[in-house]
Amino acid sequence: MSEERDPAALEAEDDLFVSAMESPEAARLSAEDISPSSNGPKAEPVLLDDDPDDPDDLFAEIDEDEEESRDTFDIQISVSDPEKVGDGMNAYMVYKVLTKTSLSIFSRDEVCVKRRFSDFLGLHSKLASKYMHMGYIVPPAPEKSIVGMTKVKVGKEDLSSVEFVEKRRSALERYLLRTVKHPALLKDPDVLQFLESSELPRAVSTQALSGAGILRMVNKAADAVNKMTIKMNESDAWFEEKQQQFDNLDVQLRKLHASVESLVCHRRELSVNTASFAKSAAMLGNSEDHTALSRALSQLAEVEEKIDQLHQDQACADFYLISELLGDYVRLITAVKGVFDQRMKTWAKCQDAQVMLQRKREAEAKLQHANKPDKLQQAKDEIREWEGKVQQGERDFEQISKNIRREVGRFEKDRVKDFRVVIIKYLESLVHTQQQLIKYWEAFLPEAKAIA
Amino acid sequence: MTGPYSCCSCIVFVHSVSVDLNNDASLVIDIPDALCERDKVKFTVHTKTTLSSFQKPEYSVQRQHEDFIWLHDTIVETEEYAGLIIPPAPPKPDFEGPREKMHKLGEGESSMTKEEYAKMKQELEAEYLAVFKKTVQVHEVFLQRLSSHPMFRKDRNFQIFLEYDQDLTVRRKNAKEMFGGFFKNMVKSADEVLISGVKEVDEFFEQEKNFLLDYSSKIKDATAKAEKMTRSHKNVADDYNHISGALNNIAADNNTAFKKHLEKCAEVFEKLRVSISKVEDRMASDQELKLTELLRYYTRDIQAAKDLLYRRARALADYENSNKALDKARLKGKDVAQAEENQKQCLQKFDKLSESGKKELTSFKARRVVAFRKNLIEMTELEIKHAKNSVSLLQGSIEVLKSN
Repeated sequence: MSEERDPAALEAEDDLFVSAMESPEAARLSAEDISPSSNGPKAEPVLLDDDPDDPDDLFAEIDEDEEESRDTFDIQISVSDPEKVGDGMNAYMVYKVLTKTSLSIFSRDEVCVKRRFSDFLGLHSKLASKYMHMGYIVPPAPEKSIVGMTKVKVGKEDLSSVEFVEKRRSALERYLLRTVKHPALLKDPDVLQFLESSELPRAVSTQALSGAGILRMVNKAADAVNKMTIKMNESDAWFEEKQQQFDNLDVQLRKLHASVESLVCHRRELSVNTASFAKSAAMLGNSEDHTALSRALSQLAEVEEKIDQLHQDQACADFYLISELLGDYVRLITAVKGVFDQRMKTWAKCQDAQVMLQRKREAEAKLQHANKPDKLQQAKDEIREWEGKVQQGERDFEQISKNIRREVGRFEKDRVKDFRVVIIKYLESLVHTQQQLIKYWEAFLPEAKAIA
Repeated sequence: MTGPYSCCSCIVFVHSVSVDLNNDASLVIDIPDALCERDKVKFTVHTKTTLSSFQKPEYSVQRQHEDFIWLHDTIVETEEYAGLIIPPAPPKPDFEGPREKMHKLGEGESSMTKEEYAKMKQELEAEYLAVFKKTVQVHEVFLQRLSSHPMFRKDRNFQIFLEYDQDLTVRRKNAKEMFGGFFKNMVKSADEVLISGVKEVDEFFEQEKNFLLDYSSKIKDATAKAEKMTRSHKNVADDYNHISGALNNIAADNNTAFKKHLEKCAEVFEKLRVSISKVEDRMASDQELKLTELLRYYTRDIQAAKDLLYRRARALADYENSNKALDKARLKGKDVAQAEENQKQCLQKFDKLSESGKKELTSFKARRVVAFRKNLIEMTELEIKHAKNSVSLLQGSIEVLKSN
């Protein structure tokens, strides 16, 4: 396989995070050690190449495991207790990651470790480099935020930085849960190490402004150009259809996300305005010289205050249940589209190899009549080499196509389930709010009637 | 219900005619119909009367908002009514909200599906209708307060307003030239200072003055805050509309193996649109009609009461000035009789204003209490109804989603 380095090929999402430590071998589906920074060949997907006649091996296994683990998918992960470590611009937040599980791959029932944000990014980068080029949908890590983080570092204890930390904590938790839900990733040694080991080598290339960061940006740009020039002959209608579908879904999800963000914003406004009205109604009640009406107006003010609190709680639900989830899915869809892009790249590589092979053959044909025996031999060797590469390329392409089909199937099932669960939870929160409203107004009604 | 006026002016919105204001069958007024032409609203004012002062027992005339303002202004300018609380003029019909929305709808047409567009258009029409209803009723109530008041109902201009089968535009223009709205302008700038500066001997008026000044600013503030609250509520309802539309699109656009499941979801989301968005919208509307409109109306009515106090305070100032003038005349020995006459008239006017003012302010309080009670009860009952409706719809949807 060619030694071309394509680190950005493994990264197809907004999050520009890719470990700069990965080796060129990472692009291979061979059984060799993938990268010095990852945890060796024990990762199962690596076995793929051993038996090209049975590429289903991995997934067959995984399917069974999935069945089993769905019955006993017993792993709970919580991210909690954000703690600030250090001061000034070198400060960072540390989160407690608690894993409770009965699965045998874990060494203990309950493990608690401390991790910082860059550790999560490091984990994601390793997983992306290992699996994305094979067509696995690797859940994207939460987004970086220089502004948000700076506020926290600088020590602003205000509401917005508290909210920021909570938002991030929640996002990290969702990220881990989504990662372990993937049957292959759950067994990945890097994931296990992340969850279990007390010391983790620091991921150094995660900073946005590092040399690695700049390299990523350059690669991303090159990528974009490549995307435009690769014209794949799609022989498989399924892929074309799915790609279209995901493009549509992307647009629709973004629209939905925007509407929900608008809702959160307006609901917060409503809460502020209700509180403001409550105060005003109380003052009106004080001013009112008719006793019974005065009392009723004061009661009205109290009811409105309670309703304001309801609105605040509901806004939280709006945000955490729906808005953040939608944000996650928008990023996930980008990861899915990235996986399709990987397939295109794999196809392109295969094509390139074929072109090369053709050229080598032509060169050999020419040399046949040139009477240069050692050059001829070299040409024949090269042909053999490129034939091997073409074969490998075709196998890779077949494999990634197969993987993607499965991944997409799993993704769609999970998505529907995910949304349904969240929507039900959200509706239940709405029901609760309405029931509280009924309670408050029913308590107020006799007060209104008592005005005489 | 205290005071000599047996009818209590309850402000009733949403439901058609204010039965209470039309207690007296000798003069019954309503606005059964109105036309909206571009910016102008043409009200059909319908009168049924048994009073001999009218030429016919029944009238139906077309009036514009400006005609109502003309009527209000002529009544304000009438010296005879100085001791009465003049029913506040109805505000100008305000279609700005729906008009803005219609504009936005037109701009966003290309980015919406046909169904979304149709739905939004429908809601926009409903909003137009709501504004329309509101303005009709506030104009109607103005006329009904006049007709139910023993003095105003006899007003000559009021009768012209109800009877005259031609356009009032010409008359209006002439009237403006005559009065020039001078009295009204004076009131606005000076009233607070003058009212609070008056040395009050009468306990009743002292209390009323303090109450009205304070209450006036509080109710203005409460109205503004209620308006903001209602607007936010409407925004939330709007957002839910967009959200369920978007959810629908996502559910509909998937021809995967889960198509049937997603079709069911689309049904549920449509129901949700009704249960969440429409209910929120109705809650916001009812809150506006019962609470915000109530506060708006009474802000204007409180102002009318303050205007009465102002007129009385000015009469008192006139009386005090006439006393001073009389003293001066007696000192100089000139024009004493004239000064005495002037003083007598000022005192008479002041006494008349005080007497009728007391009656008016007392009945005003009764009216206000009754109106607040009625509207607060109605608002609460409606909010409870909507919330209960929403709960049952939501629970239905949850059942369907869970059973899938």
